[in-house]
Amino acid sequence: MNDAIQLIIFLLVLIAIAPLIGKFMAKVFMGENHIMKPVFGWLEKMIYRLTGIDSNEECNWTTYLFGVLLFNLYGIVFLFLLQMLQAFLPLNNENLPNVSWHLSINTAVSFVTNTNWQSYSGENTMSYLVQMLGLTVQNFVSAGTGISVAIALIRGLTRKTADSLGSFWVDLTRSVIYVLLPLAIVLTFLLVGQGAIQTFSHSIKATTLQGTEQIIPLGPAASQIAIKQLGTNGGGFFGANSAHPFENPTPFSNFLEMLALIIISAGLVFTYGHYARSKRQAWAIFLTMFILLAIGLGVSLWSEYSHNTVLNISGNMEGKETRFGIANSVLFSVITTVTSCGAVNAMHDSLSPLSGMVSMFNIMLGEIIFGGVGSGLYGIIIFILLTVFIAGLMVGRTPEFLGKKVEAFEMKMTILAILAPSIVIKLFTAIACSVPAGLATLTNAGPHGFSEILYAFSSAGGNNGSAFGALGTNNIFYNMMLASGMIIGRFGIIVPVMAIAGSMAKKRITPESSGTFRTDNWLFVMMLISIILIVGGLTFFPAMVLGPIVEHFLMNLGVGF
Amino acid sequence: MEKRNTSRLFTREIAIQAFFDSFKKLNPLLMVKNPVIFIVGIGALMTTVIISVDIMNGHFSSFNFQITLWLWFTVLFANFAEAVAEGRGKAQADSLRKSRTQTKARLLVHGKEEIVLATDLKKGDIIICDAGDIIAADGDVTDGIASVDESAITGESAPVIRESGGDRCAVTGGTKVISDRITIKVTSEPGFTFLDRMIALVEGAKRQKTPNEIALIILLSGLTIIFLLVVISLPAYFGYSLKASGISSSHNLTLPVLISLLVCLIPTTIGGLLSAIGISGMDRLLRKNVIATSGKAIEAAGDTDVLLLDKTGTITLGNRMATEFIPADGFTSEKLADAAQLASLADETPEGRSIVVLAKEQFNLRAREMQSLDTVFIPFAAQTSMSGIDLRTPDGHLRSIRKGSSSAIRKFIENNNGFFPENVEEIVSDLSGKGATPLVVAENGQVMGVIHLKDIVKGGIKQRFAQLRLMGIRTVMITGDNPQTAAAIAAEAGVDDFLAEAKPEDKLARIREEQANGHLVGMIGDGTNDAPALAQADVGLAMNTGTQAAREAGNMVDLDSNPTKLIEVVETGKQLLMTRGALTTFSIANDVAKYFAIIPAIATFLYVTSSGAAPLGVLNIMRLNSPESAILSAVIFNALIIVALIPLALKGLNTDRFQLTGY
Repeated sequence: MNDAIQLIIFLLVLIAIAPLIGKFMAKVFMGENHIMKPVFGWLEKMIYRLTGIDSNEECNWTTYLFGVLLFNLYGIVFLFLLQMLQAFLPLNNENLPNVSWHLSINTAVSFVTNTNWQSYSGENTMSYLVQMLGLTVQNFVSAGTGISVAIALIRGLTRKTADSLGSFWVDLTRSVIYVLLPLAIVLTFLLVGQGAIQTFSHSIKATTLQGTEQIIPLGPAASQIAIKQLGTNGGGFFGANSAHPFENPTPFSNFLEMLALIIISAGLVFTYGHYARSKRQAWAIFLTMFILLAIGLGVSLWSEYSHNTVLNISGNMEGKETRFGIANSVLFSVITTVTSCGAVNAMHDSLSPLSGMVSMFNIMLGEIIFGGVGSGLYGIIIFILLTVFIAGLMVGRTPEFLGKKVEAFEMKMTILAILAPSIVIKLFTAIACSVPAGLATLTNAGPHGFSEILYAFSSAGGNNGSAFGALGTNNIFYNMMLASGMIIGRFGIIVPVMAIAGSMAKKRITPESSGTFRTDNWLFVMMLISIILIVGGLTFFPAMVLGPIVEHFLMNLGVGF
Repeated sequence: MEKRNTSRLFTREIAIQAFFDSFKKLNPLLMVKNPVIFIVGIGALMTTVIISVDIMNGHFSSFNFQITLWLWFTVLFANFAEAVAEGRGKAQADSLRKSRTQTKARLLVHGKEEIVLATDLKKGDIIICDAGDIIAADGDVTDGIASVDESAITGESAPVIRESGGDRCAVTGGTKVISDRITIKVTSEPGFTFLDRMIALVEGAKRQKTPNEIALIILLSGLTIIFLLVVISLPAYFGYSLKASGISSSHNLTLPVLISLLVCLIPTTIGGLLSAIGISGMDRLLRKNVIATSGKAIEAAGDTDVLLLDKTGTITLGNRMATEFIPADGFTSEKLADAAQLASLADETPEGRSIVVLAKEQFNLRAREMQSLDTVFIPFAAQTSMSGIDLRTPDGHLRSIRKGSSSAIRKFIENNNGFFPENVEEIVSDLSGKGATPLVVAENGQVMGVIHLKDIVKGGIKQRFAQLRLMGIRTVMITGDNPQTAAAIAAEAGVDDFLAEAKPEDKLARIREEQANGHLVGMIGDGTNDAPALAQADVGLAMNTGTQAAREAGNMVDLDSNPTKLIEVVETGKQLLMTRGALTTFSIANDVAKYFAIIPAIATFLYVTSSGAAPLGVLNIMRLNSPESAILSAVIFNALIIVALIPLALKGLNTDRFQLTGY
């Protein structure tokens, strides 16, 4: 009962806050006055002055996209070099050596693409400098990149016969200093208040009750945790991520972290509503996401509380923290996978087969159930275009969305965006389970081993970053495969999305009439859910059958892995 | 049985032709235009190679053989659907073409006639047609006037007048001159006449795919690629699972099984029927006697949300009718009716005749013979805007009766020092306010009263507009009437908006304005001065009786020249799109459902426990007893569903049963 109340409170708070955040963000990106302007306006002006950005200049989609790609490329190179040279740089309290080249590439790509897949444990691999100047900075700007692309797409969909989509540099600056930074500061203080650590001190050597010596790593964790949650990054300061008591000390900090990882993605849906001048459009998307979230949560909870025949217990606590319990662990696992966050407060590898499947499935759908900051919104709009195209014909008009015709070019780009993560998940998994390098580091046998590989590439393709952790991935094969997977999964969507934004912006808007295919009612929500499940989900059915599903039935037969 | 002929979708001949055509369409160059079916074709070819190699090595797999057969059937069924649709359209076009190819033309070269084949005529040639000749090519009459039988293309038996100059100068190849002699300037290049274009539109090979169709093909190809990824990656997943279950890797999925799975998953139903839907949409339009010059126009018709309709002929019956005699002070209705009737005896316009009829109906006044030598009919003259009669009564009185617009009569009376009574003034403005046309009658300088001429709105048109409104289409009435009159008729007919005192350039401006606001505009027109507007409109339906310029400018031609046809065209466009949407949705849902039959069936032997329990047996809800039967039944179903849906693709969705709105 207590669990149920916690879940309901969380969902209600989400529903209450998301529209407010959305409205605030709309004001930020429309350049209107808002509450953060007096606080950080000077910073925005200073950045423009230093970088020479003209805040009034707008550009077309190719220039916008070029900005996105260039900025991200610089990000990858900078982060790569920072890791390769960390031994020679300051703020390396533990005298950690330089990071291997393949791990450096993997981590650089991982943080720039907002994935935050970690083939390493932060506390014994990365210096404070890398964590702060490299990873934390990317936590901000990779989130900012996602938000900017989403805003550009929204502008493309709502502007009438326009060429320009705004300025990437302005959108990026505003998303970081007005949205991410203030929220991160507030959250950092709240987390420190709960007991999360924020320090430059050396590690502590402690003697345990058994008399063995233990090193307890410390660091400026709280600030990084705040942004890893808010920016749906998910890369923890410590290897154990939000299960670590220094990252996530109390049930209340857990509540805050869960809220933080979903709130901007949820809010952006309402930002879209403000741009489209239709709250109903926003609520239709929100409901679609919410229903899919609720279904996954339901299945996951049911599976976790069910009787486990292999272990002969109900309510398996393996891999979970007692301070959170089953409900909050499952809720965290579901929302960290529906959003592309990937932070965890329990070990997904130890989830029950179906619960693990839900996590994996959430990622496979393309991170569109709230999804990553920005990427969730532009991801679901891709599916909306698909739905509108398939079902919209049935009203006897060629398909249109928000009054704009959806034509061959948009369909081509939509298909590319859907294909990108699909290629990574399906083909890369196939490659990994066919070559010795892919199977060498597998620690679990049978279907669970398959699930681990499948999860890893789903996580990379969906830019999630969570993992079935038993698979050893800090080797050349996985680091490189996953890095390319993350790049395809990120930019394989961003490029077509920007092309759609550019092409839609140029179109005229047919005024709504009773002959218009409505995209803001229950019927549409149901159709959208169906298309998401059929096109986004069912193509993974064979893989699921050979992974978690067969594992589930084997568990019922008393066979465990 | 007795209804067999009318309800039959296609005749024996078409079916036989289509049967052979479906093999001809196996040509890879044609197949590649339909990627989904092309993939099925490649799969069929691969399985054929596999069984051939097997047979040469002395093996024979009955399962592989059946799979191969059904894969070929799938391709052939899809080809058959397209061939039938083409056949239906072609049957109609062919009979026309036959009549034309044998036609000889009398070409005028340097003033001399030469007999040439119709197919050799070029644009700009001058030909001559006498009574009994079949007109050899599309063209404009440059000299003469003739009655022409256009039943060959319109089905309308009454001959029409074609004359040089003006709005009735266009003639169509294949029609027949019944009387008189005309000189025609050919306006189309060989192979590009209406007929040729019409035939090309229903022939699959030459048919240009419409924008929405292209977009849909992209979507279907994309889905095909996604499923290709599924199938390509499956052997690797299986390989892992086989190893984990301790089964030899020789039990991995065979190529025929993978191909079957792929064919079942990709959207073959809509892929196979897509072009049939497009062609038969064109064909349905043709059956309504409308020729579209591009498939794009039909889709645009479905999208149209503003219709510009000419008042006369579309909304109202062509002519105004007299409905009432309103006398001025000092006169009776009967007196007025008598005078009005006399003044209209020689007036052959429909308005004039309606006055005669009304007088007869109301007061039993008979049309009188006017044999008196003194009787002078005054025909309508543009300068005076009046018509009338001067006659001498048997008792020797001179009666000079005039009828005309109030301003014309006022001028006439005041010029003759007469006086225009105030109450007549009131009646006139009252009638104008109601949208009627007042016709003032005066006799010997005295105003007798007013004839109430009224536009008669066509029966049922109001309901039709209401229906259009539900479909999200706004109707705009175009009229030359003054705003008052226009408003009254607009209200009566139930149009949403009107454009009064419209000149041709106003039409164009209105279309541009609507388009600037994002609307797609459909209009109908016939005159040369309509051409710019027809070209500007998204759907320009030109009347066949119209000028060549108008016919060239529009993207559709209505052979019946029926102004209300525009509404039917819009409905056909919508029907085409709905059929396409419904079959796509069905196809995707249906194809994906086959997953649940095949995947569990082919995977049940994996991870069998030591006690012999098959964990995936639970998922085999259809209780298919072997992987082979699961795959084969799915492939057979997949092929047959195409055949089953051919009638729907050809006839189109019955849109009456679907509510067009409410989404």
